[in-house]
Amino acid sequence: MNRYVIIGNGTAAVGCIEGIRTIDKAGSITVISSENRPAYCRPLISYLLEDKTTEKKMSYRSDNFYSDNGCTVMYNTNACEIDTDKKCVLTDTSSFVPYDKLCIATGSSPFVPPMENLDKVEKKFSFLTLDDAVELKKTVTTNSKILIVGAGLIGLKCAEGLHAITKDITVCDLSDHILSSILDFDDAMLVQKHLERNGIKFSLHNSVSGFCGNTAVMQNGEEIEFDILVTAVGVRANISLFKNAGGQCTRGITVNEKAQTSLEDIYSAGDCTETTDISDGKTKIMALMPNAYMQGYTAGVNMAGGSRVFDNAIPMNSIGFFGMHLMTAGQRNGELSHTLSENAVKRLYFDNEHLVGYVLIGDVKNAGIYTKLIRERSPLDADTKEKMINTPTMELYDAQFRRRTLESVV
Amino acid sequence: MKRVFVNEEWCLGCHLCEYNCAYANSGITNMVKALKGKDIFPRIRVDGEDKITYAVSCRHCSNPICINSCISGALHFEDGVVRIDKTKCVGCLACILVCPFGAIVQDAEGAVNKCELCSNNSCGSPACVSGCPNRAIVFEERCEK
Amino acid sequence: MTELYISPEFEVIRNTNRCIACRVCERQCANEVHSYDSDAKAMICDESKCVNCKRCVSLCPTHALKIVKNDDRLRENANWQDDTIKEIFKQANTGGVLLSSMGNPKPFPVYWDKILINASQVTNPPIDPLREPMETRVFLGKKPERTERDGEGNIKTELTPQLELAVPIMFSAMSYGSISYNAHKSLAIAAKELGIFYNTGEGGLHEDFYCYGENTIVQVASGRFGVHEEYLNTGAAIEIKMGQGAKPGIGGHLPGAKIVGDVSKTRMIPEGSDAISPAPHHDIYSIEDLRQLVYSLKEATQYKKPVIVKVAAVHNIAAIASGVARSGADIIAIDGFRGGTGAAPTRIRDNVGIPIELALAAVDQRLREEGIRNNVSLVVGGSIRSASDVVKAIALGADACYIATAAVLALGCHLCRTCQTGKCNWGIATQRPELVKRLNPEIGSERLINLITAWRHEIKELMGGMGINSVEALRGNRLMLRGVGLTGKELEILGISHAGE
Repeated sequence: MNRYVIIGNGTAAVGCIEGIRTIDKAGSITVISSENRPAYCRPLISYLLEDKTTEKKMSYRSDNFYSDNGCTVMYNTNACEIDTDKKCVLTDTSSFVPYDKLCIATGSSPFVPPMENLDKVEKKFSFLTLDDAVELKKTVTTNSKILIVGAGLIGLKCAEGLHAITKDITVCDLSDHILSSILDFDDAMLVQKHLERNGIKFSLHNSVSGFCGNTAVMQNGEEIEFDILVTAVGVRANISLFKNAGGQCTRGITVNEKAQTSLEDIYSAGDCTETTDISDGKTKIMALMPNAYMQGYTAGVNMAGGSRVFDNAIPMNSIGFFGMHLMTAGQRNGELSHTLSENAVKRLYFDNEHLVGYVLIGDVKNAGIYTKLIRERSPLDADTKEKMINTPTMELYDAQFRRRTLESVV
Repeated sequence: MKRVFVNEEWCLGCHLCEYNCAYANSGITNMVKALKGKDIFPRIRVDGEDKITYAVSCRHCSNPICINSCISGALHFEDGVVRIDKTKCVGCLACILVCPFGAIVQDAEGAVNKCELCSNNSCGSPACVSGCPNRAIVFEERCEK
Repeated sequence: MTELYISPEFEVIRNTNRCIACRVCERQCANEVHSYDSDAKAMICDESKCVNCKRCVSLCPTHALKIVKNDDRLRENANWQDDTIKEIFKQANTGGVLLSSMGNPKPFPVYWDKILINASQVTNPPIDPLREPMETRVFLGKKPERTERDGEGNIKTELTPQLELAVPIMFSAMSYGSISYNAHKSLAIAAKELGIFYNTGEGGLHEDFYCYGENTIVQVASGRFGVHEEYLNTGAAIEIKMGQGAKPGIGGHLPGAKIVGDVSKTRMIPEGSDAISPAPHHDIYSIEDLRQLVYSLKEATQYKKPVIVKVAAVHNIAAIASGVARSGADIIAIDGFRGGTGAAPTRIRDNVGIPIELALAAVDQRLREEGIRNNVSLVVGGSIRSASDVVKAIALGADACYIATAAVLALGCHLCRTCQTGKCNWGIATQRPELVKRLNPEIGSERLINLITAWRHEIKELMGGMGINSVEALRGNRLMLRGVGLTGKELEILGISHAGE
């Protein structure tokens, strides 16, 4: 009987468990979880702040998910070392967990850049785990003044969530525009204006050089007073465990399309890995929830002796602030066709006959059809390309594929 | 498991399925009262133009990418039916980002809506099917390939 | 003023309390009556285009629509009636021949409705078709005068080819071109399922339907469209069309606009060319000429197929039928003046020909008198509307009935009588792909099967009531019929007594 061990208990881990169980109903599965709760989705935590969800509702799977799937979860436990010779994992609770197949799904950790006197700031938070959110929520009052460092996806979702409690929120970022990892300047301005209309303040192209008590001194000399500091600059993949075991990695763990690492019987999935973005062919960390699940599932199937590949990852994001939704996928290079209006943007990027990326702001209806076209690298004729600027429909697909899809089980 | 299938050869593009869907899920027993003067949010829509049209709704995929992408666990399987628990949905729209059929829509309240094969309303079987005048939409068991 | 204004024939009444502006009416109307006013967020309509086909009424999910006769009338005049005057206006406006479709709508007497059927009481008791066997099967074709047996008692007489019908009803000729591919397919599937026959009309047989050949009657008309050796051999029988009840004396006309794609291929004529069938067969000027064609066709099909000669019911029909019965034809089909059509000049449709009831009675009588009734089977059509019409026709002497209007009604036709425009909203009399697809043959064939199955039950009930247990035994049994409100002459022609006699 196979012994499966999964380090980490996030989306990729759940995918991995479900993947294993499609093939192997009997083998034992041990999950080593540093947190003290069942799997939940990280992106949900901002919704907790605004009471759109509750701690109980946040569970990614039903209450008896682990028992139904015959999993042993070691909560509050960190893996310290992987012994590839003896094939076991050493934990900080001094147990040795032997494995036949191991999946590393350790995710990522917040990265905090150096800021003078940061250690002296009394109420400071990162915003990645549910514990972070719970603590933050306990601390914030209707009068709190919030400073968020980082105007990326995490920082801004945090701002939106906190806005339900307090209106005094400032977000600063080194970049000259918000959401710089997914948007260009003009589009970012559209979103920024929307956020500003809702009362969020910005200090961009500006970083915190240091703190003086509850005042942040900015690079341009500006001073921002705050009660609560949230750092949301970015994340780093948790690769040290694997790296120390002699595995191959760069910024993330290197895996192939079957989610195998360079080490025998060790797989990896989720935010800690580097995968090939098929929209531009480059290998990168794509810390995205759907990718994590699909890669985890792929790892699980392969660990249990099945055969599955995850070879069409692309970066993609769906995010919304105060009713304005934006979605991006693939890359932002290539031949562009676009429509712009006051509150909506649609940009489609083509590489000859392929759609390779898009940015949608405002109207995101049926965006999954674009996503599919990117992921499948479907060739598009001139007529189809012309139609694409409208709301996407099944008309954009090859007619035979469309008919088959509608007439059979998919 | 029975699913909804669409044969575009017989789809007339009449859009009745959209209205029957909206009515079936309105919880109101009179169609006029349910739909008159209102914006409708059907879980099925007719795509295509001119001579080729076809109704599109959730395919209830055997390995649904929407469930795999749902951050809240609101989308889930129940006896093969992809269902939405609206109390859990936070409206992140990740499902809309990935659904290759555009079968998930956002409703007026911000949560997402999708076809649940009328298993959650008083119809019992899909209203789009019973209301289709040309049997372009059928509800039946077909083999997985 | 170049054109006289003619007020619309119909009025579209929309109950705005019910209308939810779903626009189904707009999308389903090929005549473009309905449209959506996005400013007012309401439906509007142009009723001058309405033909009262009821497609919108049928599909409106909230039943918000009704179509009524426009009550804007000209001053009442018993002689110069509204329609008559409007027809004059139309002709003065256009200079054209008036065209119409489907059967004669004028208030001529319907003899079926003046004939009543007998039932058994006390003696010769009725039969319960649910408890006792009841035969609705009939065979069409020439019947031998006598049977001969060899020394061992085996029958020596060889039977000429026969058509076996599970029920004495067939779908009469409607060409592919005048009706759609899906209408043809519906008829073909239903005929096969029911064990009866449908008829290609003069448009040839689409290659997709060769598989239904055993239930297909292939027609040879004056235009010879789509006729070739394989076509003749594919059918179960061949019908020579000499005339049609809706337009005796003229040939079929299919405008070039309908000769598209497969219609052109099937008819074997170029796309867009008008298919004008000549009024006569140019090789037939006598019964002897007809006999030549009958035998040419038999020769081409190795004498394996019965040949039907179809004629319109006209004044001297009995003499005509007598001639046809001597031409070698196995079956005579007679089409009454109420028979339908995809397009006919209005004046011809409404004024030429005679009622099928009288024609049938006269023909059956004449053939019996001449001792040649068994030379041929008689099939009658031209407005057979119900199972009781079928029973009356058989009792008057028919072997079977042809139905077409009833069949297209089952397919969804609402008798708006504008087939000639090619914009049939029910997908029947049209070649426009977006309209043709409205008739799903799976549904169409089911409805046809339902109709004939229901009629079959009713025929059994009616026969059982008379104490008759087979169609064979009912044929020509005019004692089972009585007339009401008919003149002595009418009763004499029909060969029946008045009720009470």
